[in-house]
Amino acid sequence: MNVQSDIKGIVRGGQTLKQHRDKIQEDTKATGHYAGLKERALQKEDPILYNKLFSRLRAGVVDARETAKKIAASPIVEQEGELCFTLYNAAGDSILSSTGIMIHVGTMGAAIKYMIENDWEGNPGIADKDIFTNNDPLIGNVHPCDIHTIVPIFHEGELIGWVGGVTHVIDTGAVGPGSMTTGQVQRFGDGYSVTCRKVGANDELFRDWLHESQRSVRTTRYWMLDERTRVAGCHMIRKLIEEVVAEEGIEAYWKFAYEAVEHGREGLQNRIKAMTIPGKYRQVGFVDVPYSHEDVHVPSTFAKVDTIMHTPSEMTIRPDGTWRLDFEGSSRWGWHTYNAHAVSFTSGIWVMMTQTLIPSELINDGAAYGTEFRLPKGTWMNPDDRRVAYAYSWHFLVSSWTALWRGLSRSYFGRGYLEEVNAGNANTSNWLQGGGFNQYDEIHAVNSFECAANGVGASAFADGISNAAAIWNPEGDMGDMEIWELAEPLVYLGRQIKSSSGGAGKYRGGCGFESLRMVWNAKDWTMFFMGNGHISSDWGLMGGYPAASGYRFEAHDTGLKEKIANGDPIPHGGDTDPENPVYDSLINQAGIKRDKQAITTEDMFEDHDLYLNYMRGGPGFGDPLDREPSAVADDVNGGYLIERFAERVYGVILVDGDDGQKVADDAATEAKRADIRKDRLAKAVPTRDWMAKERERILNKDTGVHVQQMYASSFQLGPKWAQEFRDFWDLPEDWDLKEEDLPIPSYGREYSMDLSELPDVKTVKFVEE
Amino acid sequence: MAYTKEKIKDLVDGTIDRDTLHTMLSTPKDGDRFVKYIEVLQEQVPWDDKIILPLGPKLFIVQRASDKAWVVKSIAGHEFCDWRDNWKLYAVIRVRETAEEMEELYPRLMAPSTDWQVIREYYCPTSGDLLDVEAPTPWYPVIHDFEPDIDAFYTEWLGLEIPERAA
Repeated sequence: MNVQSDIKGIVRGGQTLKQHRDKIQEDTKATGHYAGLKERALQKEDPILYNKLFSRLRAGVVDARETAKKIAASPIVEQEGELCFTLYNAAGDSILSSTGIMIHVGTMGAAIKYMIENDWEGNPGIADKDIFTNNDPLIGNVHPCDIHTIVPIFHEGELIGWVGGVTHVIDTGAVGPGSMTTGQVQRFGDGYSVTCRKVGANDELFRDWLHESQRSVRTTRYWMLDERTRVAGCHMIRKLIEEVVAEEGIEAYWKFAYEAVEHGREGLQNRIKAMTIPGKYRQVGFVDVPYSHEDVHVPSTFAKVDTIMHTPSEMTIRPDGTWRLDFEGSSRWGWHTYNAHAVSFTSGIWVMMTQTLIPSELINDGAAYGTEFRLPKGTWMNPDDRRVAYAYSWHFLVSSWTALWRGLSRSYFGRGYLEEVNAGNANTSNWLQGGGFNQYDEIHAVNSFECAANGVGASAFADGISNAAAIWNPEGDMGDMEIWELAEPLVYLGRQIKSSSGGAGKYRGGCGFESLRMVWNAKDWTMFFMGNGHISSDWGLMGGYPAASGYRFEAHDTGLKEKIANGDPIPHGGDTDPENPVYDSLINQAGIKRDKQAITTEDMFEDHDLYLNYMRGGPGFGDPLDREPSAVADDVNGGYLIERFAERVYGVILVDGDDGQKVADDAATEAKRADIRKDRLAKAVPTRDWMAKERERILNKDTGVHVQQMYASSFQLGPKWAQEFRDFWDLPEDWDLKEEDLPIPSYGREYSMDLSELPDVKTVKFVEE
Repeated sequence: MAYTKEKIKDLVDGTIDRDTLHTMLSTPKDGDRFVKYIEVLQEQVPWDDKIILPLGPKLFIVQRASDKAWVVKSIAGHEFCDWRDNWKLYAVIRVRETAEEMEELYPRLMAPSTDWQVIREYYCPTSGDLLDVEAPTPWYPVIHDFEPDIDAFYTEWLGLEIPERAA
């Protein structure tokens, strides 16, 4: 008898949670198979039972999501489906998940593992019918507005698993109203923070928790109903497990709970071999953080700088079907809310993969076990400081992942699986957020989730779908205007396709859309903008162009009250061509803000002020000159393309048809396209000639400080990437670029303190650092 | 599941019917796709070099008919470089780095700001076809985006013989 066996743990069979997880990890490492399962006995011996269990449990968690979401009042949950339920085995590894925001397959698992590694079993104790809540990004959550409810599942007094439910709440009591705010630069401003706290026992929420949590956020009613949504879903799934165990036996369920993870791991490997090509793939993503602007109000002067976030990636697919994703060269975390924990970065990738590489119902931690991630410590997606803010980590998560689509799509294209090719996802913005007193005279916060319906990247056989999707929620939806008008004191004056927002190409990116909102019946109201502006994160593929980038339009002191009273024309519909705006002549021009500053902080809005919510498009695929001329005519007729770009970008000459619609003149188009090809060559130079000139610019430090800061930050954290940069440009030994030499502050550059340095805290490492 | 060569051609040509497309997306992949795909592409290119691997709609790794060397070649017939090199270094490039150049592509305000991001267009020097677009910050190295392990792909994954390759 060994010493450990003297300790009676709560896990089925008598292990403690820590012993159980350690053994799983040890066996996985030793064999290369999850939990040492070289053979999946249940699946092999009784495949019908195995599949029956899978189908019944999967249907059950999906049913729990669909049923529970009707409890919520928040349109984010009820309309957009921003919730997810996941079933875990005793070690905290996910077995299967519902649809919805599946990034949380990993994040809730990370919370369970944090409880395991920090002996929650001993204190505060884990008992049947307990309820735990977590939203802590320092241990793996995406951002504080994603609230986890976690319930242990017991059988005959022993723990056999966990169920987690998550919803995206509309406000977390951050410095500013809304769930993904911009004003704070440290996590202490991110709002209410809860670390795996026991908030209920005997299936009842503690009164101190209810009183404290409800007053910690602005939107109390939504908060309460969201929590009931999560608890109800978890309890539905727990009941399902109890029924399954009663009918099929605990042995079968227990085996299934581990074999399914190994099945998922092996499944990923098989899919990689079935769909991709072995080799190395390189890509990069960027996004802008334009904080040196008068409309960005942050509490700290050291945060008031323009910076660029940078994620190069190298994807290696090996002949045995295993793969490695290395993000060497990524830039450091920053004083803004766009940082991410390693778990949210890696787990979110599975949301993307469910839409391409593993489009099956078998989504669990097996895929994570089958992937090697390297995220250098100190980068924005693996910060080394506990002050870091996370409220809108999606700003760069989506812009980093869009590059991975390109890498994978090169393999799909090479192999002939053109149906899987996707030029990339859209930067999912703008986020209309704000708060104050609403039309019901209550303290309120808003976060319009219209951008759950951005444009999709083009494929290699068809255009991207317009106003259709968001990378973080495969079941996204723009929501009904009538519902948003109930939830927000903002009247719609227009909602239409955003022309020319999709990237051009043989197949164009799907377009986003835009909504013009007028403030109505609000008091002490604020709003702000959140999205990409100076940079389009979403490159095209194989000759396709990037999606359009963002801008803002807001208008104050508009004079619309009088115009409406007089029956005069007012702005309505879309801001169809921002180069030739129509709204502006109908309102007081002195109050208009129309510029590239697509991130702002809370600004005051009064009734009759205007706000344009512009959802981005997706990137294009292939040379635009190869697009069917009739498709370009359709784009113009349908409002997807501003007419002047038909000729400039696509070389398509349009003429008026008999029915008033534009039609392509094929002969004139052919001639124009030939001219454009000649013009391209006349304006182009050999790449190496251009490189020689660009090298001179580098030697002379000829670029903006914000660009130099990005490189200096990446050089510091990614020495291998820095050397490759030097080698590529053949830079002399004495050329160097350091943040300390730049004329902007770089707090955090040398001094940082990680969560792991706090007393009694054991952080869980999920990636190679 | 397998598809006829005609269906693969429809996919390549962008005319695939929705039912077949749905089947392609929702069922396990057809193992013989690559062979049929290459056959379709080989019939569409104007030269006789054997296609080893497509890199884009108008760019390929090919086995040069004359000496069996593997090179990167455009549909227009331009040979860029050895298949292991980064073909972009042998292309011609146009860099859009002014607002005016950006506004040829995007409406004002919807174009990237050129002090943050530029657009680099790589053309076939023979035809002017746009083969790839990069959109990085200034100073960014030209990305070598794909280094396929063709030997393992052909032999271990597809069970095909590796076409002859001159040293």
